Amino acid sequence: MGKLIYLDNAATTKTSPEVVEAMLPYFTEHYGNPSSVYGFAAANKEVITSQREIIAGVLGAKDNEIYFTAGGTESDNWALIATAEAYAAKGKHIITSKIEHHAILHTCEYLQRQGYEVTYLDVDENGLVDPKAVEAAIRPDTILISVMFANNEIGTIQPIAEIGKIAHDHGVLFHTDAVQAFAQIPINVDECNIDMLSASGHKLNGPKGIGFLYIRKGVKIRSFIHGGAQERRRRAGTENVPGIVGLGKAVELAAASMRERMERESRLRDHLISRIESEIPYCRLNGDRVKRLPNNVNFSFQFVEGESLLIMLDMKGICASSGSACTSGSLDPSHVLLAIGLPHEIAHGSLRVTLGADTTEEDLDYVVDCLKEIVAQLRKMSPLYEDFVRRQEKKNTK
Amino acid sequence: MYTEKVMDHFQHPRNVGEIENASGVGTVGNAKCGDIMRIYLDIDENQIIRDVKFKTFGCGAAVATSSMATELVKGKNVQEAMQITNKAVMEALDGLPPVKVHCSLLAEEAIHAALWDYAEKNGIKIEGLEKPKSDIHEDEEEEEY
Repeated sequence: MGKLIYLDNAATTKTSPEVVEAMLPYFTEHYGNPSSVYGFAAANKEVITSQREIIAGVLGAKDNEIYFTAGGTESDNWALIATAEAYAAKGKHIITSKIEHHAILHTCEYLQRQGYEVTYLDVDENGLVDPKAVEAAIRPDTILISVMFANNEIGTIQPIAEIGKIAHDHGVLFHTDAVQAFAQIPINVDECNIDMLSASGHKLNGPKGIGFLYIRKGVKIRSFIHGGAQERRRRAGTENVPGIVGLGKAVELAAASMRERMERESRLRDHLISRIESEIPYCRLNGDRVKRLPNNVNFSFQFVEGESLLIMLDMKGICASSGSACTSGSLDPSHVLLAIGLPHEIAHGSLRVTLGADTTEEDLDYVVDCLKEIVAQLRKMSPLYEDFVRRQEKKNTK
Repeated sequence: MYTEKVMDHFQHPRNVGEIENASGVGTVGNAKCGDIMRIYLDIDENQIIRDVKFKTFGCGAAVATSSMATELVKGKNVQEAMQITNKAVMEALDGLPPVKVHCSLLAEEAIHAALWDYAEKNGIKIEGLEKPKSDIHEDEEEEEY
């Protein structure tokens, strides 16, 4: 195949060469176990601390509030399950939203089976949670509010500071899944009253299999992985030193380039959105136009199905994703697209394009050119489009 | 994920289109589940399928199974067309991933629905043919953007 245009950076990103370079010595030379006494290995303990400091600095946190995990999913599981257990005496009610990642939703379902009650808040047509609805859902037995910072499918950025303030005012803990937002847009845990925050390395040009959970000092949270004394006895297991070093490097690079990337990616994003909207009929931008991650574009194309669209884009060397049932592994299209009120058949025809550091305007122009052709081709063979055209003709002759 | 044959029929679908004043038209599937197939048959006085066209809204497997089904029925008589099962469609495509088997069932149903329409219009009874389940959509209006 010729050129590969990778536009699925919300799924994962390319590990940057600087990150790989930083990691390599920790496989081959500095392979010692940080818990060992001899100097050769114990130096790795300091390396881990300095990565903690880098991450804490980006969030406005303290380094002993950063706990390394195996990734975003583990962080989400830990935050929810261990908090629920620790605060069960106060109550068993949790508030979240309908458009969370499955790492949150399926963990909530697990907790429901353990006797907890969960309120799943609706979102509006742009995917926004209403802070007033959060406040209205709080009960005396509410122990935790968990709302994602930004949505992985439609890119909508939630009013996290407002939700955090409400949680704080009511004395309820606040967790946010920031896997898509961390180091992509500014986040300050104090300004937003965030008590816990999940993030992952491989979404920001870091390695897979490493992430962290920020836990504000004073939050009672139980150990989730039991064993040795690593991570202040809260997360046992020999530290993934190469992963932690890679994550630290990736965060350092991402934080240093954040402003410039935000500006650049927003401009490219808006270019793509405006070209699609002006050149492809019967499409709909999903997610909020303004409160949106700089790298996210999500459209529904009426009368076409997402998997077909993806295969045809793949044949042109373009990697993207869809919320159609065929790509979700079930018969239902994405829960996020249904929650923002899309009818099933339109949710099936969605396309997510997520930009990265390497994306150029030329790439996106090529994508639009291909997309125009592919959508037209698929509509030509779509019975839904045929019916639509017939109805239009009927209307016009009336 | 897909065999070469499936990819070939997806990339170069055979017999896409409509037939005006078709002898029989069948539409099956459900937009909610993400698959709709419509098959048009042109059947002559000897009950031979002279021409067949299809339109499909759906995934790669849905397009490929419709395309293959039209290939299999073309030139056959009505009774022979009745014998074409989803299994035959799948075998002709060198198999489908397990989650896509329902697409081949849909292709079989689409042929049967078109044959039923033909039989109804002409007052013919085709042995073994049952009235198709109609979970379609005729008065469903899509929202416009």
